[in-house]
Amino acid sequence: MANGIRDRVAIIGMGCSRFGERWSDNAEDLMLEAFAEALADAGIERQKIEAAWLGVCLEENNVGKTAGPLAQGLRLPYIAATRVENACATGTEALRGAVYAVASGACDIALALGVEKLKDTGYGGLPVRTRGVVADLWMPNASAPGAFAQLASAYQAKYGISRDELKRAMAHVSVKSHDNAVLNPKAHLRNRITIDDVLKAPAVAEPLGLFDCSGVSDGAACAIVTTPEIARELGKRDIVTVKALQLAVSNGEEAQFSNWDGASIRTAEVAAAKAYREAGIANPRESLDLIEVHDCFSITELVLMENLGLSDPGRAPFDILEGRYDRGGKIPCQVDGGLKCFGHPIGASGLRMVYEVYQQVLGRAGERQLGKADIGLTQNLGGHPHQNVCAISIIGRLGA
Amino acid sequence: MNPNNGAATNRGILAVGAYLPRLRLDRKSVAAGHRWMAPGLRGLAQGVRSMANWDEDAITMAVEAGRRTLGGAQTPAPQTLTLASTTLPFADRLNAAVVASALGLPKTLSATDSGGSLRAGSSALIRALQGSGNTELLIASERRIPRPASTAELMAGDGAAALLVGEGEPIARLLGAASLTADFIDHFREAGRDGDYGWEERWVRDEGFSKLVPPAVKQALDAAGVGADRIDHFVMPERLRRVGPLVAKKVGVRSETIVDTLFERSGDTGAAHPLMMLARTLAKAGPSEKILVVQFGSGCDALVLETTEQASGSDAEPAWLDDGQIETNYLKYLSFTGQLDLEWGMRAEMDNKTALSAAWRAEETVQGFSGGRCGECGTVQFPASRICVNPACCAVDTQQPYRLADEPAKIRSFTCDWLSYKPCPPFMFGHVEFDNAARVLMEFADCDPGDLAVGVPLDMVFRIKDLDAMRGFRRYFWKAKPQLKAGE
Repeated sequence: MANGIRDRVAIIGMGCSRFGERWSDNAEDLMLEAFAEALADAGIERQKIEAAWLGVCLEENNVGKTAGPLAQGLRLPYIAATRVENACATGTEALRGAVYAVASGACDIALALGVEKLKDTGYGGLPVRTRGVVADLWMPNASAPGAFAQLASAYQAKYGISRDELKRAMAHVSVKSHDNAVLNPKAHLRNRITIDDVLKAPAVAEPLGLFDCSGVSDGAACAIVTTPEIARELGKRDIVTVKALQLAVSNGEEAQFSNWDGASIRTAEVAAAKAYREAGIANPRESLDLIEVHDCFSITELVLMENLGLSDPGRAPFDILEGRYDRGGKIPCQVDGGLKCFGHPIGASGLRMVYEVYQQVLGRAGERQLGKADIGLTQNLGGHPHQNVCAISIIGRLGA
Repeated sequence: MNPNNGAATNRGILAVGAYLPRLRLDRKSVAAGHRWMAPGLRGLAQGVRSMANWDEDAITMAVEAGRRTLGGAQTPAPQTLTLASTTLPFADRLNAAVVASALGLPKTLSATDSGGSLRAGSSALIRALQGSGNTELLIASERRIPRPASTAELMAGDGAAALLVGEGEPIARLLGAASLTADFIDHFREAGRDGDYGWEERWVRDEGFSKLVPPAVKQALDAAGVGADRIDHFVMPERLRRVGPLVAKKVGVRSETIVDTLFERSGDTGAAHPLMMLARTLAKAGPSEKILVVQFGSGCDALVLETTEQASGSDAEPAWLDDGQIETNYLKYLSFTGQLDLEWGMRAEMDNKTALSAAWRAEETVQGFSGGRCGECGTVQFPASRICVNPACCAVDTQQPYRLADEPAKIRSFTCDWLSYKPCPPFMFGHVEFDNAARVLMEFADCDPGDLAVGVPLDMVFRIKDLDAMRGFRRYFWKAKPQLKAGE
């Protein structure tokens, strides 16, 4: 088996724009905001960047095709640049490109940037779009909340938990993320809500209500990566490395074959197991200091706690209600507010998760800084529960 | 075989079936909406009329009637399909071809759309019964959209009926038939337009029904060698209220033989209605009973039939004539029929253009709901694929077509989605698990949110998937309909 990526690549600079309804900004403005922060953090000249990866999901919305918008927006000097897309896991995909380029020795310093400009749609939620000429002939034109709400009905049936019990645990997920986002100046939604607010919110897709759904935001996030050796040469003392990068993609089994319970994200189970192995983590419940997961909907975060091996099957609602994933809990989850409140500019979200772990490890998370934060996991999901791509990265202090 | 001597052959009606949409529009609710400008409609405001759901049309209802007719194990496969209707959605695209595809009939089929008048169904039935050799499936289906506040809006209903005609052991044989063709315009409708324009009812009654029907009936009775007084069931849809007794008297048929027009349960389903009334009569008639079927429209058709020993004489109403679900929201009816343009928001703006080349490649998959069954491991999957989905198999190019439309299935997961655009929110869909282990993400049809639960058994129904108003196209697929508990 290959040796994997563990500690072979260091992150030397990261940036993240403020997420939100950036009515006055184009994608170019968002990219520059994240890039400027990352470049200053890395302490390098832009000419040192040898290759770049741009993550954009809905390019038709504003950004456009190819990596051209990145090269033009940042005036990159005719370097190799590639646009990647893996639905809502696009941001992590851009990071994979840059990290593997450095690990392969093809270049010394590479850039990953994810951006999405969603708020030119004219309505709330993600833009409606075709599934393609064949799928549209038979596949329901499901909204994202509709697709993820399926998890809830199947979870209730599998574990014999009532709708109200499950709703209460889901509400806790959202309330916790709102609480966390209050401490994050870059977050889209910075207000506290109550359990009652969640339970009484208008229905979006049964049993998901308005507060079970993440925000749809404009934003960009960015990482500059190199080798640990070059990082040292650049004067970095506290070095943050990539411990694992795994990606699992559905092959149609969940959608077409009855060996999936409908109450889990199978790709997350597969990718997590591989990521722990790659990072040398035997017991993630003990080793992970924080996690940033793809909480597009409260129910998604809930089942992911099980699929990442952090809660036992059927126990996530109870662990959540006991505060295990709260800011002060055993494994803080979404300390930056998550997709729910930091926001979800699709192409940027995977890098935004890494940004938070990076800041925490470096002790630069300001008001929301955790005590011990040596190693964190990000889980970034694209698609629907029955057909998706799941990217997991583990980021931590070199030597941790 | 001699087509003029039907009784001596084994040709006849081999099977019947009918379909009414689940929704039944409460006529009082319609009349209440119009009371301010047409208080006279109150007189028709009794009972319910059947109402197609937003995703039903003459094609989808025809498919359901056809499935019920071909469902029996003993029924031979038809070589000919006639789809009769005045409201077929396509003027040029063989509507019967869509129905054939959904019914999974072989491509060697001869298929025809038949329209032109409300006699489309009855005339096609005469031709089928007088033919020879072929097994013919005749389906009549209608979804008329009369103008709001017209009497036709209250009189009409949506529905379909089907008969399988051929050699074998028929339920009924044709004894005699006659047609009269006349350009008597009691009503008309320009092609491509909704809503009839009709003349004074008293004139239609006195010059139309009273003068055009009796000669045709007499000719049919003479051909059958049957006296009018020997008719046991007089089947005649009423274009006008209470015209039945008038005609019965004129032609000498006993008034007690007049068959219920289903006015209070479905309304007049147009070209389908004589066949629907006949289907119900055949479901209840005993052996050796004589049936007179009359349909009026640009003249008149008359058929004299006799039931055989195969007729069951059941007291029970056929299953398709259930109570349905009462709909009291007239605005919903107006919206479903495209007569009220509501603000659906930007999510409704998605362009549903169909790639016709892709649709042809997927024709069996989509319209026939045909998946694949792996020849190696037996796994059924939808859609069929080159490599078997079973991770323990993954055999290549081993799958044979496998139709899922009639397979038992249940709900694995579901939601009621208020975000996605649907002409009848919420958009209900979920993972459907077939007993054969195939799994498909599907829309649910004809149900309310409260009907959905994990494990609820499902029936597959053929429905409109998307409408493309910009190009006048519509595409069809199957949806899963929860089996409702008794009383629902």
